[in-house]
Amino acid sequence: MLSAIVRRLLQTLLVVLVMSALVFAGLYLVGDPVLMLASPEATDAERELVRQSLGLDLPLWQQYFIFLGKAIHLDFGNSFLTGESAMRLILERMPATLELATLAMFLSLAIGVPLGVYAGLRPNSVGARGIMTGSVLGFSLPNFWVGLMLIMLFAVMLGWLPAGGRGPVESYGPLDLSVFNWEGLKSLLLPACTIATAKCALIIRVTRAATRECLPQDYIKFARAKGLREQRVLGIHLLKNILIPIVTIGGLEYGQVFAFAVVTETVFSWPGMGKLLIDSIITLDRPVVVAYLMLTVVFLATLNLLVDIAYTVLDPRVRLEAPA
Amino acid sequence: MSKLETDPALQAAEALAEPPTLVVPAHESLWRVFLAQFVSSKLAVFGFILLLACVVLAVFAPWIAPQNPFDIGTLDIMDSKMPPGSTNMDGTITYWLGTDGQARDIFSAILYGLRISLFVGFVSVSVAFLIGAAVGLVSAYFGGRIDALLMRIVDIQLSFPSILVALILLAVLGKGIDKVIYALIAVQWAYFARAARGAAIVERNREYVEAARCMSLSWHRILWRHVFPNCIPPLMVIATIDLAHAIALEATLSFLGVGVPVTEPSLGMLISNGFEFLMSGNYWISFFPGIALALVVIAINLVGDHLRDILNPRNEI
Repeated sequence: MLSAIVRRLLQTLLVVLVMSALVFAGLYLVGDPVLMLASPEATDAERELVRQSLGLDLPLWQQYFIFLGKAIHLDFGNSFLTGESAMRLILERMPATLELATLAMFLSLAIGVPLGVYAGLRPNSVGARGIMTGSVLGFSLPNFWVGLMLIMLFAVMLGWLPAGGRGPVESYGPLDLSVFNWEGLKSLLLPACTIATAKCALIIRVTRAATRECLPQDYIKFARAKGLREQRVLGIHLLKNILIPIVTIGGLEYGQVFAFAVVTETVFSWPGMGKLLIDSIITLDRPVVVAYLMLTVVFLATLNLLVDIAYTVLDPRVRLEAPA
Repeated sequence: MSKLETDPALQAAEALAEPPTLVVPAHESLWRVFLAQFVSSKLAVFGFILLLACVVLAVFAPWIAPQNPFDIGTLDIMDSKMPPGSTNMDGTITYWLGTDGQARDIFSAILYGLRISLFVGFVSVSVAFLIGAAVGLVSAYFGGRIDALLMRIVDIQLSFPSILVALILLAVLGKGIDKVIYALIAVQWAYFARAARGAAIVERNREYVEAARCMSLSWHRILWRHVFPNCIPPLMVIATIDLAHAIALEATLSFLGVGVPVTEPSLGMLISNGFEFLMSGNYWISFFPGIALALVVIAINLVGDHLRDILNPRNEI
């Protein structure tokens, strides 16, 4: 078990290294930052000086290792725009994305699992068919479209909820959160629902498939034959077993929400990491883009690892073993 | 190679080695079975008709649209932001879906936008299909190190959200329809590669492949002529669903302002243009292109969902 985790950890490290090389190659080598930084009237000699001061005259592999060495210390340079450390800019925005993603995931699980179990129990009922068709809409409609429609309905026409921005924040230790006060929650609700629409559809499908797979199994029949109440059969025997795929998909999707928040945050002008990424891409603020990407790579890779480990805890039959 | 191909005895043997799906009479009846299964779902037929209508509208947009929305000369700035159903000054054009901030007829703009959205979707999915299928087939056929390496690349790519990969590529490449297509191909080929590999691994051990190998046919001929045709059904399912995905992704990228240029607005661009007017109550500028986008994506998904039930019964999710 331990050696398997170590091996997966090494694999994860390798993935992070490969991705860092790709990010480096993709963003640092395309275009010439010197042309952007030096004034247009600069002579060739002056440009050469800038190039040397930035270390751009060194061979490629040396530049990469310098980049890597700094990256380990979370130093990705300063934003071209504000001059602040790129990493700090992102970390400042992180709590906003964190609460958005968490509430969205919570909503989609709270709605998706019961609906999915229902659709799995009565696959031919009208309700189940409606749920399944609805779920097709849920994950086929683009995220920004759903957000737009929600804004139109709840913000413009009904005027119940704000169309964008973040409510007042309160400090909880290192995190500034807005989810625990009413005004903040109101602002959070629409963007969270936007993300939850797509994720909920996926959770419904996964839950339904798992339920249908579990129902004909002997232990369910046995539990029923023992005369257990239906709530207990479903709530304990069924739920525990369908939890495995739900945790896997849920965990992986939670990571995806972090990245997909890019779209939703832009629609709702939510001041999170995703909005920062889009703004930085549009203003060509490379250090911020690179820092965001590296952070996301590490985050997603770690999440994949954690999901794999959670998998073995939930399902003793699965072992993190080396492939034969 | 040319001698091999002209040898009649070999061709006859190869026809035998050919899977039964390609023999003509069986082929026809399989089509009929497929059609009968397809029309069994009213929802899927509805989706198919809707999709067909969208394609026809997009292809014939210049003849159907009452106005060329990209011809600045025909636009009259006095007509900007007209609500749905209003007519222009001379009463010659009725703006059934209203006009946008530059006095463009929304209905015409939607037809032209549909054209761009569908074009980007079809081209990117077709290329991604071919690249992915080639990678997947090679990976499955040769196995071993090649397989491990190729699938590792696929896994890494699939573990990152497609929107993020596309965003970064466009940040590097810049704006433009061609660049959006490159980005979409780059994010989609991996899905096809994995599906093709899955299908080809099953086919690899079938007798007809063995027969073809016994005749010492070249590996690319076996893969292309024998294995590939049998992998098409599951790949078609992926292709349909990916088409919807590609169109939605393109719309998202254009909405975010990194996709198609302003001069060639797709549906996503139109929605983005109207977004700023949404708050002031001019809902139609965003709303109708949004509905058009939703209809296309839903139509394709209804077809794809049913195709999956018919062609790929193993896949439950």
